[in-house]
Amino acid sequence: MRLIVTAALAALLAGCVGIAPDAFKLPPSSLADRQMQSRVFATTDDTLLLASSVSVLQDLGYVLDATNSRLGMLTASKEISAKNAKQIIGLVLLAALTGESASADEKQKIRICLVVNRLPNDAAASVARITIQRIVSTDVGMVSAVTQITEPALYQTFFEKLAKAAFLEANAT
Amino acid sequence: MKHLHRISIAIVLLVLTGCSTPPTKKIMAGADQVELRSYQSRGFDTADKTMMLRTVIATLQDLGFIVDQADEELGVVTGTKLAGYQVRMTVSVRAQGDRQLLVRSSAYFNLTPIEDAVPYQDFFTSLEKALFLTAHEAG
Repeated sequence: MRLIVTAALAALLAGCVGIAPDAFKLPPSSLADRQMQSRVFATTDDTLLLASSVSVLQDLGYVLDATNSRLGMLTASKEISAKNAKQIIGLVLLAALTGESASADEKQKIRICLVVNRLPNDAAASVARITIQRIVSTDVGMVSAVTQITEPALYQTFFEKLAKAAFLEANAT
Repeated sequence: MKHLHRISIAIVLLVLTGCSTPPTKKIMAGADQVELRSYQSRGFDTADKTMMLRTVIATLQDLGFIVDQADEELGVVTGTKLAGYQVRMTVSVRAQGDRQLLVRSSAYFNLTPIEDAVPYQDFFTSLEKALFLTAHEAG
């Protein structure tokens, strides 16, 4: 009985409360994150940077979800397969052993947000910052993971392509 | 023992009913508006709406959000944060007199509207850091 009460209480607490305490707090890595996600370009032409970003994103197969050139931002997304070879093999084995099928991660949606701003201490340059998110869902449409992508190499690649598209050099902030 | 049994039934009932109200009721319903609005709002001593919107967007990026949409004319920005959980937030910026802006934020944690003061305080602390301006409580 005591167990039932405890279980019920736990369910009550888990069901209603539980806003992650750090959801609106700047993480200690905030400055390093910003540097990793930003590049300085020697132009004050926001439209050039935004338009060049659009062309890079189109090259990469993204679709624009929102743009606001006066605020210097755009958001784009694309869906790609999230099939993980090991996971599939594991599920096939599991199905063979138990006769039950389980779901595998099927697809992932990648979202990129790019924001262009003026640098306060350099009148001739702009800073572009991107943030990338990944939403993984299973073959039955259940969302199985939502995260921010933090691999520096992906950010680096994007900025290299952007620099080429805008005929500009990308410098670290 | 009987007492414990009753408590457990009550808790189970709470679990079942506590978090859910009929979906149609929620369409036009919200929390105690006056109190909630005061948590969600801050006045800032600046009239530069574009600068404020750009700072809001920068703060959202600092906090790991992606901007879903932004409208300069209306003065609204909506963003989503994904970190094992989902937070969706709308921030609106409106002129308050000639020299002030009122910034209001409202957010969802997963499927639950955030009605606590603390997360909003945290957001404004982050925004203030980005603004280098002293905010004061909205009246």
